[in-house]
Amino acid sequence: MAAYVIRRLAYGVGVVFGVLFLLFVLFFAVTEPDDIARKALGDKAPPEVLEIWKQNHGYDRPLWPWQDWGDNLLFDHYRKMLSFDFGLSDADDSPILDRIRAGMGPSLSLTVPLLVLSLVVAIPLSLVVAFFRETYIDRMGVFLCVLAMSVSTLLYIIGAQFLIGKLLRWYPISGFDSSLAMLPRFLALPLIVGVVSGLGSDVRFYRTVFLEESSRDFVRTARAKGAGESRIMLGHVLRNAMIPILTRVVLAIPFLFMGSILIESFFGIPGLGSMTVDAIQANDFSTLRTMVYIGSLLFVLGQVATDLSYGLVDPRVRFE
Amino acid sequence: MSGLDPYVWSNLVTVALVVGGLALARFVRGQRLWREASVELWRRRRVAIVVVGVYLVIALLDSIAWKGGVPEGTVGVLPNAPLTVVDRLFLDTKEASYSAPLADVEFYGGRPLRRPGTHLLGTDILGRDVLYMSLKGARVALLIGGLTSLIAIPIALFFGVGAGYFGGRFDDFVFFLISTLASMPGILLLIALIMVMGRGTLSVCVALAVTGWVGFCRLSRAETLKLRELDYVVAARALGVSEPRIIWRHVLPNLAHLIVITFVLMFSGLVLSEAVLSWLGIGVDGSWGQMIDGARDELSREPIVWWNIGAAGTALFGLILAVNAVGDAVRDVLDPRTLRAGE
Repeated sequence: MAAYVIRRLAYGVGVVFGVLFLLFVLFFAVTEPDDIARKALGDKAPPEVLEIWKQNHGYDRPLWPWQDWGDNLLFDHYRKMLSFDFGLSDADDSPILDRIRAGMGPSLSLTVPLLVLSLVVAIPLSLVVAFFRETYIDRMGVFLCVLAMSVSTLLYIIGAQFLIGKLLRWYPISGFDSSLAMLPRFLALPLIVGVVSGLGSDVRFYRTVFLEESSRDFVRTARAKGAGESRIMLGHVLRNAMIPILTRVVLAIPFLFMGSILIESFFGIPGLGSMTVDAIQANDFSTLRTMVYIGSLLFVLGQVATDLSYGLVDPRVRFE
Repeated sequence: MSGLDPYVWSNLVTVALVVGGLALARFVRGQRLWREASVELWRRRRVAIVVVGVYLVIALLDSIAWKGGVPEGTVGVLPNAPLTVVDRLFLDTKEASYSAPLADVEFYGGRPLRRPGTHLLGTDILGRDVLYMSLKGARVALLIGGLTSLIAIPIALFFGVGAGYFGGRFDDFVFFLISTLASMPGILLLIALIMVMGRGTLSVCVALAVTGWVGFCRLSRAETLKLRELDYVVAARALGVSEPRIIWRHVLPNLAHLIVITFVLMFSGLVLSEAVLSWLGIGVDGSWGQMIDGARDELSREPIVWWNIGAAGTALFGLILAVNAVGDAVRDVLDPRTLRAGE
């Protein structure tokens, strides 16, 4: 067990190193610091100003170790990223770490309720669809899922803002207020959109999981013993389907911290998603690569945690 | 290449694609397995296949361009510009600004239109016919889905089959590469790649391919691992058949159904991703995503302009729905087992 944990962790560290290398290739080797400086300061900036800017942002050294073993950007990139020293934004010189700290709260206040709500809505719905398998209700459900999956998220957002926000005036179209009294009003519309836009693929996924479980031998045995159909669905199928469902949820948890790019920026929620969109519009390379790094780090952590927790949830899994 | 205009190249590529498609159809007719699969597919999803076909025809009509044949003084057309069939159908339809569907006067201000009552879906803010823009979007959407798959699937096959078949160091390397790419958040990696490579059709497709090949690579690696242990592969190896020939004759044909399924299932995701990218300002020019993006503010105008986003949204929805429907049927027909769980 200990050997497995260590090996799994070591592989995770290797993947993080690989991600950092890819980021270095993209953001330093392909887009050279000179390009970044010129994009930040404009084409007409004199060379001295560019040099000072590069110095302030730590770009004023050779790229590769073989150019200067002690002082190069590659090692510097690894050192800074691994110690969470993300430096300054390329666009407006603000410290990136502070902005991430500030954005995490609003992001989590959107994504955590969104995950919970989607589970609460999608799982019962898909249980119903799976309960009526191979009837016209099931076929109807699957068709509606495909229909819902074929609509672009953009249209869901624009449609909801128009219908609920503008025509019916139930909730504000966009905005954010972190006080507890106002928060639900502002989050209502983003949450509705988030749940509805993901519903099609969620229900289809859980339905497949449930159908897979309900073709197992123990389900047939339970039915042979005379157990009722709803008891089979809840007691046998749902309980055994918890493992794939949990896997999906655990893998989704790391990304809760990243916020939602589309929903946040459409609804004016000042989280990490909107920060990313701002970074794209402003050619802010350092913020963008920091976000990719943090996302990958969280994903790797989540995956290692999932793999290790399998042993706790499922007694059949043995670590070799 | 010097000497040839871009539109000539576009024509040649289109002809090559049509010839390739016809050759593929001939091949399908000749092979019993594929012929029966396609007959079954047609039986199950007639409407969806016809819809996809319509989009395909529109895209083809918008891909063949030639110069000349334009009357002097046509508004909104550069002299001697290559025009496609779709362009020629909508010659001289440009207005000054918005007009509602089939309206006789401009939407804001009420000045008379140049061509009253002819704009079936109205015109956009620059006075371009919305039906025309929507039809042109078909080519862009098919280009995004098709070109990206043409880049992504061969890469995935190369690494996946190689890793599965040869194992060892190469397999370790590929597996590490896959885990690394898969751990980067897809949309962020996509954005990063496009920002680094610059905007444009090709870089969007390459970026989508780089983020999209991982899943199929994993699948083809797993399948190859199974295939190479099968008796006829072992027998071929014992008879001294060369490795490339074994892969070509025995491994790849057994992956063909997965290639087809992946292509169809990947397609709609790619087109939807492009819509999101358009909204972020890094999409492909002329796509439905850009039309939707441009129409965002129009819904807050008074009175609202709804036909632009309506047309683009419907066109996008129609294509994606048809492709999704065909994709599900393709999977059911070609492979009842393997891909079920991976959904």
